Amino acid sequence: MKSIRNNKKAQPAISTAALPDIVFILLFFFMTVTTIKSETLLVDNNLPQANQVKKLEKKDRVIEIYVGRPNQDLAKVLGSEPRIQLNNKIAHMSEVGPYVLQELAQKPDAIRNLVTVSLKIDKDVNVGVVSDIKEELRKVNLLKVNYTVFQGNPL
Amino acid sequence: MNRNRENPEVNAGSMADIAFLLLIFFLVTATIQTDVGLDRKLPPKETIPPPPVNERNIFRVSLNKNDELFVEDGIMKLEDLKVAAMAFLDNGGASKGDENHCGYCKGTGSPDASDNPVKAVISFNSDREASYGMYVSVQDALTAAYNELRNRESQRLYGKNYVDMEESYYSGEMSDEEKMALQREIETIREMFPMKLSEAETISKLN
Repeated sequence: MKSIRNNKKAQPAISTAALPDIVFILLFFFMTVTTIKSETLLVDNNLPQANQVKKLEKKDRVIEIYVGRPNQDLAKVLGSEPRIQLNNKIAHMSEVGPYVLQELAQKPDAIRNLVTVSLKIDKDVNVGVVSDIKEELRKVNLLKVNYTVFQGNPL
Repeated sequence: MNRNRENPEVNAGSMADIAFLLLIFFLVTATIQTDVGLDRKLPPKETIPPPPVNERNIFRVSLNKNDELFVEDGIMKLEDLKVAAMAFLDNGGASKGDENHCGYCKGTGSPDASDNPVKAVISFNSDREASYGMYVSVQDALTAAYNELRNRESQRLYGKNYVDMEESYYSGEMSDEEKMALQREIETIREMFPMKLSEAETISKLN
């Protein structure tokens, strides 16, 4: 009798054996839906939204150009005018062409004419900057561009 | 002796901690990155001047520096742009028997809009001061107009959506013959509604 009563009083320990499984599921979820940050953004990059989007093909066929206002830490140094970021550093408009050609030269021959330039441009930037960049790209004969956006309803 | 026979249990208590560490590492280093966008092809630098286009076949869209949208000289809301562009493209203004007659158009045949979608050009100009967000919204609306018309025709001819066809073509999980067939279908639709979106020089800033 005594032993039964004792058993009832003892609190059963909550099994935490399934906890690692749950955490692993979370981990795998994040591993699959995210990509590792390749460059630190120096500019604000709040992309516009659009519906009629196409997926960018393979990552190795993409050259990225970021445009936006310098972020808060850099605003003191760089001011608040939109700047172009190429590969971890702020660049001038005239550097866009050489940069793109240099990136292109690093790609294997077979995919060189499939390369797309992904324009990641903040939605508050003026169109003038964008058309200057497109003009630079036309000069170096890289004609496939992609206005990279977030998927969603436009404003 | 008794102790030896018992199976010692591996302590899995710290497994969760290890997994949490990994999880936090991924949360910190990773961003949910967007890899979608609107594809465009820029016109090559040394172009031959385009042949003159009849004014009725041009649909003029422009954006001023206050992000206001003008369509054919009248102000228009962004929401109405898609419908207006579709009405223009799908107009089918050329009469029956004319060489430009469009057999599949369902438009009203208005004399002010395009003869044939093959001839129709959308000209989109934007002021340098306009915002990029608005610019992309307009591009999106115009793409939507083309996609909807293309979807309609591919539904009629092949019973599937043009957008889906394109997507499965690029995802590329099919045999070569299927891919060839799909490519032909996509090209047929593209020929019916070719995307002629001209982004000639943006209007220069007036000082």
